[in-house]
Amino acid sequence: MTDSPKSPRGAPILSLRGISKTFGAVSALTDIELDIHAGEVVALVGDNGAGKSTLVKVLAGVHRPSAGTIRVGGQEVTLDSPARAMQLGIATVYQDLALCENLDVVANLFLGHELSPWNLDEVAMEVRAWTLLQELAARIPSVREPIASLSGGQRQTVAIARSLLLDPRIIMLDEPTAALGVAQTAEVLNLIERVRDRGLGVIMISHNMEDVRAVADRIVVLRLGRNNGIFDRSASHQELVAAITGANDNSVSRRMERKEART
Amino acid sequence: MTAPLDRADQRLRADDGLTGALRAFFDRVRAGDLGMLPVVVGLVVISAVFTALNPVFLVPNNLVNLLFDCATVGIISLGVVCVLLVGEIDLSIGSMSGLASAMVGTLWVNEGWPIGFAILSAVLVGALVGWIYASLFSRLGMPSFVATLSGLLGLLGLQLYILGPTGSINLPFESPFVRFGQLMIMPHWFSHLAALVPGVVILATGLRRRARRLRANLSAPAPTGLILKAVVLSAALEFAVWYLNLGRGVPWMFGLFVLLVVALDYGLTHTKWGRSVLAVGGNREAARRAGINVARIHATAFMLCASLAALGGTLSAARLASSSQQAGTGDVNLNAIAAAVIGGTSLFGGRGSAWSALLGVIVIQAISSGLTLLNLSSSLRYMITGAVLAIAVIVDSLARRSRISHGRA
Ligand SMILES: Nc1ncnc2c1ncn2[C@@H]1O[C@H](COP(=O)(O)OP(=O)(O)OP(=O)(O)O)[C@@H](O)[C@H]1O
Ligand SMILES: [Mg+2]
Repeated sequence: MTDSPKSPRGAPILSLRGISKTFGAVSALTDIELDIHAGEVVALVGDNGAGKSTLVKVLAGVHRPSAGTIRVGGQEVTLDSPARAMQLGIATVYQDLALCENLDVVANLFLGHELSPWNLDEVAMEVRAWTLLQELAARIPSVREPIASLSGGQRQTVAIARSLLLDPRIIMLDEPTAALGVAQTAEVLNLIERVRDRGLGVIMISHNMEDVRAVADRIVVLRLGRNNGIFDRSASHQELVAAITGANDNSVSRRMERKEART
Repeated sequence: MTAPLDRADQRLRADDGLTGALRAFFDRVRAGDLGMLPVVVGLVVISAVFTALNPVFLVPNNLVNLLFDCATVGIISLGVVCVLLVGEIDLSIGSMSGLASAMVGTLWVNEGWPIGFAILSAVLVGALVGWIYASLFSRLGMPSFVATLSGLLGLLGLQLYILGPTGSINLPFESPFVRFGQLMIMPHWFSHLAALVPGVVILATGLRRRARRLRANLSAPAPTGLILKAVVLSAALEFAVWYLNLGRGVPWMFGLFVLLVVALDYGLTHTKWGRSVLAVGGNREAARRAGINVARIHATAFMLCASLAALGGTLSAARLASSSQQAGTGDVNLNAIAAAVIGGTSLFGGRGSAWSALLGVIVIQAISSGLTLLNLSSSLRYMITGAVLAIAVIVDSLARRSRISHGRA
């Protein structure tokens, strides 16, 4: 079932070997292998609870892996804090966004990386915020309102904009388009292609197979915390669903058969 | 010319000019973003009631005394603002201030240290205590509520131990330290000059910010609002200073307190540290994921709180000209916390300002001074102060609920 992926250029900028993560008795991740190359979009798919977000958090320095090695640019690294991951050029858009609701958009965008720390340069930060948001075709009326007053999609846009702020080498997006409107989704997909063309590595998690197939160079399937196949974008829907759910006979395929039988 | 960057969205109402500013203000209040409004209203009501009951309340010299008292508790309350902002609490500030007062008494009077060193060592002990709380919190996961509650007892014990069997040390009345706490008043010309500073600073920084925003193609409000604000503020302050100067005048100690408030306000609103404090109080996990060293922010907040409590304690020793076993006990603890909350710093973390310590402590001390003038027993005074605190917390909780339902966090 594992189509061998088209061989990407050069050495991977990020490579995981044997990554495991346990939460008490739950093994959220077991023996994960993953390579990301520069200028490549890798989609991470899997059912609910497959361990996608956990993997992202391990790479973002939020969780320490229980076992395994991580290499960034060939160098073995310990991602022991989010600050360390950012230093190494790994930016993350979390599924729960991780924004501070009491702070305004500008403060959230620059949180932890404010310009001139002893006398905050609000004007420069606001200008940069507007330019970033315009790149994403954001529909945000005011950047001086607290995040709490924004819609779900607007918040998601802010979280995505924040990941771009630091000129990262690798961007991880955990369901970046889940709450977005039509135009904003297209804009995010465009953005993913743009940053890929700039030579960044992108890890994208999505449950939307259309979006995945639209931008992904490779599709990595996780199932119950394990690698369950790597596909390229020509893989059929059937194949992907089978890998995600773990069987050819599953609720999704049965539904499709019923639908075909009716027509 | 194109529309300013931040005015491109057509849904946005442009709140320009004075009416716009007023409308924005009312919108905010209705949504539960009360800021300092309750405290200003409260202060007016309290003054009216107490003056009606006993006209001595508004006599200039009573207000001067009130400002002396405000300074000591206010400085303690300033520290409380820091820990409340990160969403924690320090219940041992009273004991810390008592310990500091005892330390100054023994080190200065009994051991003959220079007064400066005695104060410095008390403040450093405060910083150490704060660091211990922060470590207990971030390394052992001990809730600050419990850690500081045990600190309350421990520090009180230390205070009693230091003072020994005699139980109190009198500080020399003639020393500059005690005179600072009881008598020293700004020269009248100086106080009038100082009262102009806030207006000038507001105007100057406001105009500079406006120019920078316009240059960066951002919208900026017309300067009329700014000028009006500066003029009204200066007029109010000049009147207050003139009235106080009819009595003894403005205490230097109160000036020191205001200076500390301004410094903390700058730190909270204009530095990366302040941003991080608000972020940690608003959403600790988000702050951590943004790369903020949460443990360090906690440590600075707790250390600042305990050091300011120690400073407040030494000043109240100067105010009373004694270090006694009673210093820092009784209502000091709750008054300092109540002042911060009454002034508008939320108990739930992430919102508030240094100014809330100033406004809140004036309310608390006004009540206490008014009740003293009425010759009420301390039993009644405790009950009334307790009720005021309860009201303040209720206002805070209701405002928070309203903010959530209006989407303002
Ligand atoms: N902090 C945690 N503590 C304990 N268990 C956790 C924790 N985080 C995740 N898990 C467990 O790890 C497993 C994988 O969760 P994860 O969030 O990575 O799934 P996911 O693939 O992102 O799912 P979804 O598509 O629903 O977002 C789940 O069984 C979850 O219960
Ligand atoms: Mg997830």
